[in-house]
Amino acid sequence: MHCMARAATTADAFNAVAEPRRCQILDALAGGERPVNDLVERLGLAQPQVSKHLRVLREVGLVEVREEGRQRMYRLNGRPLKPIHDWVKDYERSWSRRFDRLDVVLEELKEKEDGEGGSDE
Amino acid sequence: MAVTSSGTAVVTLPADDQILIKRQFAAPKHLVYKALTTPELVKRWWSSDYGDMTVADIDLRVGGKWRYAMVTKDGDEVAFHGEYREIVPNERIVSTEAYEGAPDADANAAVNTVTLTEADGATILTVLVQCPTKDVRDVIIDSGMEVGMQKAYDYLEKVAVSFI
Repeated sequence: MHCMARAATTADAFNAVAEPRRCQILDALAGGERPVNDLVERLGLAQPQVSKHLRVLREVGLVEVREEGRQRMYRLNGRPLKPIHDWVKDYERSWSRRFDRLDVVLEELKEKEDGEGGSDE
Repeated sequence: MAVTSSGTAVVTLPADDQILIKRQFAAPKHLVYKALTTPELVKRWWSSDYGDMTVADIDLRVGGKWRYAMVTKDGDEVAFHGEYREIVPNERIVSTEAYEGAPDADANAAVNTVTLTEADGATILTVLVQCPTKDVRDVIIDSGMEVGMQKAYDYLEKVAVSFI
């Protein structure tokens, strides 16, 4: 169960994601870009609170904003989460290589067992 | 990542102090168990293509010790050891695992639960790596992340498209 090392530079993004209200905001934005009013309505929070959470999310780069007329439109940016995505994928590949070898061993065991007619089923 | 396809290991992070590895094998579980617990068979797959496995000691009983070592292509020895805590033949092995290169290796040992489930002649292998603390898990993945790993992982599912 050999684990790999990978440096991450975005610990803040992971901390930002851990807060329940911010999770709700990200959940809402996962469905697409939304104006702040829409988020206020969905979360049932006062606008200053929503704005505060959005500011934290913007600071770590998880949320981006643009002006559209008089509206501020917010959208999700997953890139700050990429280090963990990469780590999990690397770890998966390392286990897959190991298990590919196990497949070869198992094929031989199956053939041997069939050859002996010794199945216990 | 909830779907397991045969031939691909799937890694998920069920909690802040856990890592779960899952893989399906086209063999009945007693053969998978045999390949996991027989030293000369373990030597053929465990070290993958990282190096040659030099030690596969397995004293397969509760309280018994195990030790695996390999020599990497650079000539370094990489070794792990631990103790068996629970053994249900063909179904389940619980053991500790310490990486010998880590400080306080035994104090920071993980507990690995290997589970074999058979259906239609195929076996699903899961390995749950339970770290003693979140900090140790964070050391294992060397990420420096403090909290929110699982949440982050959940979002990866939703936002994966933005990585492309």
